[in-house]
Amino acid sequence: MTSRELILARIRAAVASAPEAEAVRAHGVSPPAGEPGEPGDPVELFAGRVADYRATVHVTDGDGAAGVIAAALARRGVSRPVVPDGLPGEWTPAEFVADDPPLGAGELDRAEGVLTGCAVAIARTGTIVLDTGPGQGRRMLTLVPDYHLCVVRAGQIVAEVAEALERLDPALPLTWISGPSATSDIELNRVEGVHGPRTLEVVVVR
Amino acid sequence: MTATFLGMPAFPANAARAVHDAQLRANLRKATRTIRDRRAAAVAELPGWERLRAAGRQIKDHTLRNLDRYLLRMEEAVVRAGGHVHWAADAAEANRIVAGLVEATGENSAVKVKSMATQEIGLNEALAARGITVHETDLAELIVQLGGDLPSHILVPAIHRNRSEIREIFRTRMGARGRPAPEGLTDEPAALAEAARLHLRERFLAAKVAISGANFMIAETGTLVVLESEGNGRMCLTLPRTLISVVGIEKLLPTWRDLAVFLQLLPRSSTGERMNPYTSTWTGAAEGQEFHLVLLDNGRTAVLADEVGRQALRCIRCSACLNVCPVYERAGGHAYGSVYPGPIGAILTPQLHGMASELEASLPYASTLCGACFDVCPVAIDIPEVLVHLRGMAPHPRAERLAMRAAGWVLDRPERLGRAERLGLRLRRFVPRRLPGPLSAWTDTRDLPELPAESFRDWWERTGGGSGRPPERARRVGRRLPVRRSRAHAGDRERQERGERGGGGR
Repeated sequence: MTSRELILARIRAAVASAPEAEAVRAHGVSPPAGEPGEPGDPVELFAGRVADYRATVHVTDGDGAAGVIAAALARRGVSRPVVPDGLPGEWTPAEFVADDPPLGAGELDRAEGVLTGCAVAIARTGTIVLDTGPGQGRRMLTLVPDYHLCVVRAGQIVAEVAEALERLDPALPLTWISGPSATSDIELNRVEGVHGPRTLEVVVVR
Repeated sequence: MTATFLGMPAFPANAARAVHDAQLRANLRKATRTIRDRRAAAVAELPGWERLRAAGRQIKDHTLRNLDRYLLRMEEAVVRAGGHVHWAADAAEANRIVAGLVEATGENSAVKVKSMATQEIGLNEALAARGITVHETDLAELIVQLGGDLPSHILVPAIHRNRSEIREIFRTRMGARGRPAPEGLTDEPAALAEAARLHLRERFLAAKVAISGANFMIAETGTLVVLESEGNGRMCLTLPRTLISVVGIEKLLPTWRDLAVFLQLLPRSSTGERMNPYTSTWTGAAEGQEFHLVLLDNGRTAVLADEVGRQALRCIRCSACLNVCPVYERAGGHAYGSVYPGPIGAILTPQLHGMASELEASLPYASTLCGACFDVCPVAIDIPEVLVHLRGMAPHPRAERLAMRAAGWVLDRPERLGRAERLGLRLRRFVPRRLPGPLSAWTDTRDLPELPAESFRDWWERTGGGSGRPPERARRVGRRLPVRRSRAHAGDRERQERGERGGGGR
């Protein structure tokens, strides 16, 4: 008997006399954002919750986006950010580093920062999700550099975790980002900045 | 340098030592109180928490009831996405599989994401025995590994260390395993985190093989899910060419959408955050990586067979039960002698390992049954219920068995109880402070109650329940005591007054 057969047989014997257990598919368990006490506008809620993680957040309109991005990069002293394939041209600075041919980990470690879009964002938790799609690139592009500037369109923001899962494709590798890299390992206090990007800056485009 | 939990003495001996360590108690008190408040705030903020908690419990129960079906679905989905699936019946087999996979890459070292399953099976030690070095990359695991120490908390394995102890460990031990700590390292948490970043940076960038666990597996899609904070998880999951994940079979969820429930329950219960900084999900061979999934039983199917105990398999390892436990807060994690400390450890360890050793048999008693753990559990594991169930199954000393049998005989009939009470009261002058022989184990940690001059039943008989009515009538009233509360209370008051006045001396 292989271990596979053995484990399956043990499971079947263990639950043989157990009653059937129905799973409640309670995916929409949380009421939508906008209930009393919370701002009804998902953009406002999202921006506030990202800021709670000590990330820098800017909210702008379509015309202002390029200027806000350029100013953020300049403030950080980033002259040539890494930019993945597929980032909209109007957000892309004149000078940038393309991931073509693919950058090595060492090159990314020396990069000044990375500028990306995202796939989905969640208002209630202040979370950004990347799915390696256009404008986001391979997972390591947003991991190794110490500075991540991420542009989120208002239409990409959903209220709840459940809605985000509906929009995402599990076949793609996903990275959910809620603030900069942090640890709670020293006396259970959150300290920002360990192995991932220590600075996260977010531009929300209405 | 690696410490081990093997051969640890029973919980009472460990706990007695721990409570005399003032530094340990101060560290634990500070940390558990901080996290308790944060969890409470994060849970209170989310509407519908109880419904979410019920959904978490139901999804897990449903999965466990149909575990064979969902495991096969998981296997099929992972293989379809280009991954490899291995089945390990016990720790030794899992360790053998992982060692073989690392050796097949031609490498002799691996980076590792913190994982309870790999700690449970002693993977690092098993790989070391085959000449493979494992580098822990989680900050707390690094502190534990560098200090030659044992983990004492599920989420924060180095919770027993404070910042200045961590600074000392980094300063004296980092150099031996790679890049030394920076000159003039302070005990500021930010500086300590920076030291860990520098120490591990080159190792991450050069790593060829990574080992991880997973928080969840999605049967429908074959997806693995890892929640973390620091980015060491992302480094391990993303950069190396080969990824090996060792995951307990109970970590399954049926569908992708079920994840919504658990991505809300876990971070708020665990670190008290709306969401942890990083969550990675991947399906099969992501971005051209070679991916191996090792499905681990190691006693889980035995737990599944226990009608009461199987609810422990719902556990998502959030550690909220540790942080609220009055016993954990004082005794610390090491006293539990297992990688699973605290209330969940007290029900998981004896079930996974059996209760043959003294340590495991003592764990169901490492609790006051206050129930705080049940209240905070995001998947509603009734830990006190399982503890009591396991106490019934644990081996009991002969003296205790005899005493319990005798007590059962006496309590079975009111006449016997009455006679025993009167006999006891007549002999009250001779009752010792400590019981003799094996019964002293009971009185070592408990004071015998002072015996009153008269039993409640005799007093009731004599005074008519304090009503002043003839005893015959009062006795009938007495039989209906529960519905005649006011009278009973009046009697209590009078009895108290009597006690204050004369101390019952007759």
